Amino acid sequence: MAAHPGSNGSKAKAAKLRVFRGTAAGGDFQNYEVETYPGMVVLDAIHDIQAKQSPDLAVRWNCKAGRCGSCSAEVNGKPRLMCMTRMSAYPEGEPITVTPMRAFPIIKDLVTDVSWNFEMAKKIPPFKPRPRDADGNWRMQQIDIDRIQEFRKCIECFLCQNVCHVVRDHQKKEVFSGPRFLIHLATLDMHPLDTLDRREMVKRDFGVGFCNITKCCTEVCPEHITITDNGIIPLKERIADDHYDPVRWLLRKVAGKPRAHKVPAQPTEAGKTADISGRHRVDGGNGKGELER
Amino acid sequence: MPSAQSQSTSSDGSARYETHEHDVIIIGAGGAGLRAAIEASALGLDVGLICKSLLGKAHTVMAEGGVAAALGNVEPKDNWKVHFRDTMKGGRYLNQWRMAQLHAMEAPDRVNELEEWGALFDRTADGRILQRNFGGHKYPRLAHVGDRTGLEMIRTLQQHGIHTGMKVYMECTVTRLLTTPGSGGGSGAPGASGQEEGDAVAGAFGYWRESGRFVLFRAKAVVLATGGIGRAFQINSNSWECTGDGQALAYLAGAELMDMEFMQFHPTGMVWPPSVRGTLITEGVRGEGGTLRNKDQKRIMFDYIHPLYANETAPTEEEADRWLALSTSGKMDKNVRRTPDLLPRDIVARAIHAEVKAGRGSPHGGVFLDIATRRTAADIKRKLPAMYHQFKELGDVDITKEPMEVGPTAHYTMGGIRVDPETQQTRVRGLFAAGECAAGMHGANRLGGNSLSDLLVFGRIAGLHAGRHAKERSGLPSLDLGQIEDAAREALAPFERSSGPNPFALHEELKDAMQTYVGIIRTEEDLSEGLRRLEALRERAGTIRIDGNRHYNAGWHETIDMRNLLIVSEAMARAAVLRKESRGAHARDDFPDTDKEHFAKVNIVSRKHGDTMEVREVPLPPIPGEIKQVLEEE
Repeated sequence: MAAHPGSNGSKAKAAKLRVFRGTAAGGDFQNYEVETYPGMVVLDAIHDIQAKQSPDLAVRWNCKAGRCGSCSAEVNGKPRLMCMTRMSAYPEGEPITVTPMRAFPIIKDLVTDVSWNFEMAKKIPPFKPRPRDADGNWRMQQIDIDRIQEFRKCIECFLCQNVCHVVRDHQKKEVFSGPRFLIHLATLDMHPLDTLDRREMVKRDFGVGFCNITKCCTEVCPEHITITDNGIIPLKERIADDHYDPVRWLLRKVAGKPRAHKVPAQPTEAGKTADISGRHRVDGGNGKGELER
Repeated sequence: MPSAQSQSTSSDGSARYETHEHDVIIIGAGGAGLRAAIEASALGLDVGLICKSLLGKAHTVMAEGGVAAALGNVEPKDNWKVHFRDTMKGGRYLNQWRMAQLHAMEAPDRVNELEEWGALFDRTADGRILQRNFGGHKYPRLAHVGDRTGLEMIRTLQQHGIHTGMKVYMECTVTRLLTTPGSGGGSGAPGASGQEEGDAVAGAFGYWRESGRFVLFRAKAVVLATGGIGRAFQINSNSWECTGDGQALAYLAGAELMDMEFMQFHPTGMVWPPSVRGTLITEGVRGEGGTLRNKDQKRIMFDYIHPLYANETAPTEEEADRWLALSTSGKMDKNVRRTPDLLPRDIVARAIHAEVKAGRGSPHGGVFLDIATRRTAADIKRKLPAMYHQFKELGDVDITKEPMEVGPTAHYTMGGIRVDPETQQTRVRGLFAAGECAAGMHGANRLGGNSLSDLLVFGRIAGLHAGRHAKERSGLPSLDLGQIEDAAREALAPFERSSGPNPFALHEELKDAMQTYVGIIRTEEDLSEGLRRLEALRERAGTIRIDGNRHYNAGWHETIDMRNLLIVSEAMARAAVLRKESRGAHARDDFPDTDKEHFAKVNIVSRKHGDTMEVREVPLPPIPGEIKQVLEEE
């Protein structure tokens, strides 16, 4: 093997790793030792193991720059992108444990079956813009798209899906889309050009009511998207407004389906107080997975 | 519904292997592949899209700075002709003029179309798509989303594409194209080299990464959109998938490769720490005002202004800074010229190389890229959030306070599969190619931002013509069982051997050989040594032994990728030997001048001839008078 640039001269230190090896049928931890070098990340260590010790070690990765969201795993139990996790962040000499994402079925070693996410993506009706302006442009002010641009930073690493207790502990994959797709729905909902009203399906098909605002997703997002406060809570409020406002209810009865109104609510105090509704309560307490407020 | 599983019991292989049938299959699901698949689907065809990774993870996500299109939103004087001129000049006039023309003309429509599918580009004050400056582009031209334009593009195409009825095969790798011999009749279009009725494509053979099981695709037309070959170099900006698969598949199926000597080294890759060496730093940093400095804090680029750009480049810091202020406000002044920090990539990469070689480099063997003293911290975080994040988390550097250390990194291959400029068809009938794996659009050097527009423009054209080709055909081409069994044997051979080298170690040796002998500055002697090493590696790669089973086996996948990397590396080294001049990204120490006579007029093409690679020169297509006029206008 060619030496790593910069490793010459400096004394190489060894790091210990405990890596899960196995398949859906079962598996165990295997211990490895690798030489470290400046800036080394966990994915480098996994590659080193693959190259020198276990060439059949399965790991998913593409860019090694925090852009593609492929190398999601759990490092010492914490959901992380392996390419953005420095080895130096962990105490020297203590083994670093690397396991696959827990919310998804294992394929092999560190690779999980994330196909559920792609099925969910397909269920969301696509963007449907209003006609262009007379000059062929679509004028949008930067200030009106700033917050959706935040959501569109999502790299689909699925760490938010992995950590969400509705998915992870309760496996509500049939009735709940998970934070990633609530964020996508919020993006569509807040898009200044979109014309399709998805509010009913956000509640009915994508289970926004299951979210208890525990903010676990926000905590693990490697892109630092404020998933809960900026995305899911406004989405919940839009639906609550629509669904439980008596005036709107009456209008609905009289005039049929209301036209989409593209003025989403800002995160509010009400939203923030909902944070105390208790971590890891799945259905908001009403037993039906409906809106909890 | 697409992809009926074949129930046929014929002796063509479909009975032995899981088989999927489509009108058109697209191999590669980055920007070009997705765009091609969307176009073919729009024709009402049954389309299969094969991705080596999960959908949406392709290397396109790493494109940062923007997509070039003469929308004229920031500078109304911009139009396709200026973009075309810039592209040809950047490519040192070795581009296929027709591709450069189509690209410049169609790019604005392709960008606007992304907006129709939900993309959200940064906005101008009056609410239109904002455009930024980039190297070699006369006017601010790059539509962008901060420094994550590629992600926005691929996500938009992905979210649009999954609703068009196409079938997506994820984590599926194609190892061979299947062909059917030319009949001498029929209505097949001639290939790029004008040959009549050569072989036709019939499908593809591959394996599922998860299970290692083989899978067979039958199709009337195939589009290759597999991207680049960056993994052939030690210091590169590319993701693991960029192993020259499409180029190698096409070559093995009888298509030609062209312009392979032109490998773009992006001037600004990270150089420290070792873990991230090569990782890209967007040219957008310089587009936003960043400057390159040596260890004495001197701005280096004023010493490296290429004669071709002397008339339009500012010779002083004062003028360069004035240009930057003016150009971003949309008030251009003819007498104020561009900053040399935004010269084309080949020039900037060699300037950095020269500074380091002269001992004026930064502590870790690069130069400094300074944005901290040029823009406010808030501006930097807003316009370059990913760069800020990347340096903070991986390099322990706060780019709002300190300069970055940067150096050249293997980034993009201008060369690739030779295609017909109008249709993107190769010389194998029914086989098309688009995006980075195809050649011709960029000539000897690509301008930043022209790759994302290339993906969109030629992805669409390839999808359109592949679709038309499929529509003209009544049934699926027949398969040759022998080819299928050969492909299966080839893939399984590493499991059969009792001992042999480790594929990862061989890959390291390959990267080392290419970096050292076929790198940024070349000589005949080095290239010959490179070829000797490649030959030795090829022999050893044929003896690799793989342990374990076929279930998600990284070593096995690496072995298959190695075959492809060796083919494209050899094509690059051979073409580089033949081109005895320096032009664009191809710099020869033993031939430092650009040859205006002979090499200005030829492309270099390689093709499989038995077991050897045949390399030859072909004349550039003549440029019609009215296009020549466009080139000469100023």
